[in-house]
Amino acid sequence: MKTLLKYTLSLFLLASALTFTACSSDDSNPEADELANLTKFQEFANETHTIELYSHMGSLEQGYNEVALRIKDNATGDYVKNAEVNWMPLMHMTMMNHSCPKSAVEKVTTNGTLYEGYIVFQMAQNATEYWDLKVNYTINGTAYSATAVIDVPASTERRVNTFTGTDGTKYIVAYAEPHHPKVAVNDVVFGVWKMQDMMNFPVVDGYTVKIDPRMPSMGNHSSPNNVDATQVTAGGLYEGKLSLTMTGYWKINLQLLNAEGTVLKGEAITDTVLESSIFFELEF
Amino acid sequence: MKNISLLLLCSGFFSYAQETKDSLVPKDLKEVIVIGKKTQIHEKQSKSLATIDEFLDKGSKVDLVKRGAYAWEPLINSMATERTLITIDGMRIFGACTDKMDPITSYVEVSNLSEATVKSGQQGSCFGSTIGGAIDLKRSQNRFGDQQWDFALNTGFETNNRQKIVGSSVNYADSTYYLDTDVMFREADNYAAGNNREILYSQFRKLNFSGTAGFKFFTNKLLEASVIYDKATDVGYPALPMDVSLAEALITSLKYVVIPKSSLVKDWETKVYFNTITHRMDDTTRPSVPIHMDMPGWSKTFGMYSKATAVKNRHHFLANFNAFYNQSVAEMTMYPNDPNENLMFMYTWPDVRTLYTGLFAEDQWVFNCHSGLKLSVSAGSHTNDVASDFGLQSLQIFYPEMSRQKTRFLKSIAAHYNYHKGEWEYGLGLGYGERAPSVSEGYGFYLFNSSDRFDYVGNPNLSNEKSIETHAFIGFKKEKISTKISSSFFRISDYIIGTPDVSLVPMTIGASGVKLYTALSYATIFNVDWNSEIALSNSLKWNVGLLYSLGKDSNGNNLPLINPLSYKTALTFTKPKYNAAIECVGNTAQTRYGSVYGETNTADFALLNANFGYKWVVFSSKLYTKIGVENILDAYYTTYSDWNKVPRMGRNAFLNINFSL
Repeated sequence: MKTLLKYTLSLFLLASALTFTACSSDDSNPEADELANLTKFQEFANETHTIELYSHMGSLEQGYNEVALRIKDNATGDYVKNAEVNWMPLMHMTMMNHSCPKSAVEKVTTNGTLYEGYIVFQMAQNATEYWDLKVNYTINGTAYSATAVIDVPASTERRVNTFTGTDGTKYIVAYAEPHHPKVAVNDVVFGVWKMQDMMNFPVVDGYTVKIDPRMPSMGNHSSPNNVDATQVTAGGLYEGKLSLTMTGYWKINLQLLNAEGTVLKGEAITDTVLESSIFFELEF
Repeated sequence: MKNISLLLLCSGFFSYAQETKDSLVPKDLKEVIVIGKKTQIHEKQSKSLATIDEFLDKGSKVDLVKRGAYAWEPLINSMATERTLITIDGMRIFGACTDKMDPITSYVEVSNLSEATVKSGQQGSCFGSTIGGAIDLKRSQNRFGDQQWDFALNTGFETNNRQKIVGSSVNYADSTYYLDTDVMFREADNYAAGNNREILYSQFRKLNFSGTAGFKFFTNKLLEASVIYDKATDVGYPALPMDVSLAEALITSLKYVVIPKSSLVKDWETKVYFNTITHRMDDTTRPSVPIHMDMPGWSKTFGMYSKATAVKNRHHFLANFNAFYNQSVAEMTMYPNDPNENLMFMYTWPDVRTLYTGLFAEDQWVFNCHSGLKLSVSAGSHTNDVASDFGLQSLQIFYPEMSRQKTRFLKSIAAHYNYHKGEWEYGLGLGYGERAPSVSEGYGFYLFNSSDRFDYVGNPNLSNEKSIETHAFIGFKKEKISTKISSSFFRISDYIIGTPDVSLVPMTIGASGVKLYTALSYATIFNVDWNSEIALSNSLKWNVGLLYSLGKDSNGNNLPLINPLSYKTALTFTKPKYNAAIECVGNTAQTRYGSVYGETNTADFALLNANFGYKWVVFSSKLYTKIGVENILDAYYTTYSDWNKVPRMGRNAFLNINFSL
């Protein structure tokens, strides 16, 4: 009985100690929280600053990538909190260079050190062709820039489609979220961009991405209660609902419809048409 | 049973009990299917080592859905597992298979049991809610007495599927202890239907062990511990696309009985129990499957009941408080043909926890020596909880608003009036009962039904199913003749059945569509049966039995699995040392089949069976042999309750030997 009491007491003390430590870490170390769920995968420097690149997966790959960065002052070792940042990813192909869809780079929190945005690499690097990333930033009116080659391997599953629609426009449709799909109704986020020229890929507004998830290994069955992805706000990403009834390999067949409802690319799945020409792949 | 039962043996094929000790004891409307232990009776069975399924099949109110040679699913009043209540000595047990391959009758063995009590409709609500009725499988029970050891050896062989049966029992009793143990093993190959057509995947192997130990620690207090272990392996299901590699059950209980010295309370029995079932389906023995899959299931149940009987003046009271907590989990893992692909996994039963607590009370009110009224009420709380987040989120694909927990309140009330004077007896009753949806009906996820070839998805929003029933019987009995006709009628509202949803795409390769469990506004089921026995001489008896059922849904469509007109007639010759019987069994064609539910018509059939038994008594030991032939004419046939019309066994000769010391 005495030992039991002792154990209970010590357990209680341990629990309260843990609670207090947890609280205090919240107060004193905001940087640690800022970097929660992020992993640094690269850093590069110019004479004055070092740029640190972060992502959820700790790497980049072909497709949609959320990328965060911090700018460290090489002299003081402090992180810069007041920079204006933009970026320019560039693919160096043998015959030409081109960029890709990308967002503006925004501060995550006013007092924090992180800047964040997305980049959609529509193609992967190969033996002779590579991506680099130029980060331009302005601190108190002074402009700086740093550039580095980045590693963009091919994704194991297809997460991005580049195609020419029936309207003659070249589009890029990419899968953004969720990172970890579940057997559930998943809130999915896609992006739709068009290629204006080699360097400009603006978001396309008002379209619809129809989704039809299928399991090719299991009779190509579908799932119920999917909701096609549409835009919540102009200039933003497309949100929909994706039902996955089991784990395994899913092919998310797509159709891209313009604002008038005309199919620009992709086919409806039937007994004879087993896959669409544009699709995403998920495996979990 | 405290009252002496006069067992009217209808040629040893079925029997029903009427308690006739003294006319002030209330009548209970039930059918008792005697299985074993009561030696003389056991010897009169047509096949003493028949499976439990075969014993139940002989009852007039029980029919069985057959998916092969093993683990038949009992139907009471043409209603299957969801609408009935099957208990083992009052214990609730739930099968672990989503495809109903393991009704709980498959986890016991004839050697464990003395009888099966079949009660129709709300007469059977003592241990929980039911619509169609209840079967309580009663364990054989030893008695305290003079110190005595009993040994018995059972063995049997059947020619058709080369079924080998070996078993033994050792029983001990003295004035304060008793110990019963028995073990039985069966092994069978594929059986052959009529004309020697082999039915592939109909083999089975089953080992069963049971033990019961009782201890009397006061003159009026008894403690009893009991265990049943049952393991079936390599069980074929020719009617289904998969077999079973393992079906294993451990059923344990501890019972405490007090016979109070008060004059009011006659006995008080409390039991706590636990049982656990593991069930593994297996498709690896099938030559070609579109995709290999593992489908294991688990069911664990903790439960208790406390039951007391009391007598005051002309009232015989029974009260039973019972509770159980069940966990049902089933998984499906599919193996893609490309080995590099991830496995496809889902919960087919999403770890559903069911907690039930209920109270049942009954008063058998004896008016006079001729008539009495039995009243019963029950009320219970039934809560389902989906414990797996994975499983809950899976179901929320279909029901986004679905919550984890759902509580229902279940009620029942029934009255039965009985009148008996001279040769005539009649009775009639009314009842109302409710049931909660089963785990499959509420929470099943893509359960493939190989009969209508639909994937079934449960519906957590189903209402309770409610039944209003009425039943009546009239019987006449004289020295040489007894006859009885009884009928029951059920009107079941919010009748739960799968309805196709054309917007859904089936998951199973080759399935025709998806059905969601929904409620029809109502369905009606009517059953009538007639049984007669005529003693042609002191040793020769003639029995006739007829049964007919009708089932319709609220749209006027026939329900599936409804008995057409079926008949049994038998001549039995009984002498103290030997007995013989010849029997004819058949069904007319089922033309009122449930076509809307994917059922097709079934042709008529007739079978001829015969058996002969002989008893040798040498000193105190007895050797009893029974030989017989079933389906003598080797008919190739199938019945309305054969899943996917799998043909039944052709000619089969058997030999059963019971040796007791």
